Amino acid sequence: MILSALHPGDWLIAGAGLLAVIGLGLQQADSLEGQVVIRQNGQIFQTASLRLNRVIEVAGPLGISRVEINAGRVRVAADPSPRQLCVRQGWIPAGGAAVCLPNRISVENAAAGYDTLNY
Amino acid sequence: MTPSTIELTTSAEDRRIAGLAAAAIGLTLAEAAIPLPIPGIKPGLANIVTLLVLYRYGWRTAAWVAGLRIVAGALALGQFLTPAFVLSLAGGVMSLAVLAAAIHLPARWFGPVGLSLLAAFAHIGAQLWLVDIWLLPGASILGLLPLFLGAAWLTGLGNGLATAYLLNKPSSTEPAS
Repeated sequence: MILSALHPGDWLIAGAGLLAVIGLGLQQADSLEGQVVIRQNGQIFQTASLRLNRVIEVAGPLGISRVEINAGRVRVAADPSPRQLCVRQGWIPAGGAAVCLPNRISVENAAAGYDTLNY
Repeated sequence: MTPSTIELTTSAEDRRIAGLAAAAIGLTLAEAAIPLPIPGIKPGLANIVTLLVLYRYGWRTAAWVAGLRIVAGALALGQFLTPAFVLSLAGGVMSLAVLAAAIHLPARWFGPVGLSLLAAFAHIGAQLWLVDIWLLPGASILGLLPLFLGAAWLTGLGNGLATAYLLNKPSSTEPAS
């Protein structure tokens, strides 16, 4: 009964609005959430999504570091640095970073980056 | 010394606008008392009055009622000339502009619900735009869009349905025009 108040154009506007909201939401779920920023020698080497499982190889002065993304988590799986600090750090928490200094590579889990809204 | 008297002559339209604006201000104040989890999201019940007035008395009266409601509501809540007031004004101006165009859409196809949705999106769109360029420059508003547009969709739909209900209901308090 209450729905009879809606004219065809109203349905169109409501539908288009809902689609836009859902579309934006889905787009953001992909783009803003779960970014991994890998830097080599201070330069951004690659920005990757946390959603796709894979191993990214980054070449540094000592050799190749392997960054593993798995099930929405990220870690440095292998690294040629002598003390293995960034590897032993394990999975990087959201907002955290692992730095392999000898190989000049850093991996940042930017899932919850700080901005004015967090403050 | 004789006390000066100020005569205010009011027309029937003035009194009608004042009464309708009072209803809208009442809704604004009542709404401010409802605790809401996220700042910036509220039902916007006063827009029901704006839409009703738009349908019954035309855009000019609706603009008067909305403008008075924004200024007087802000004064009553102690928000006059604060960022909250500027945001409220921006949303009001933009939704009135959209309504001015939308009221000319064929009534057979577009009713109060569609207009309410359009106004709600215009309202939140103007506010987020202002926040982006003025209040939080540099912060990414994009991440907030789905949340705020979703809220606008819900409130626009709710207010539109309420307006449609009130428009169909034969009015007992107002004189037939």
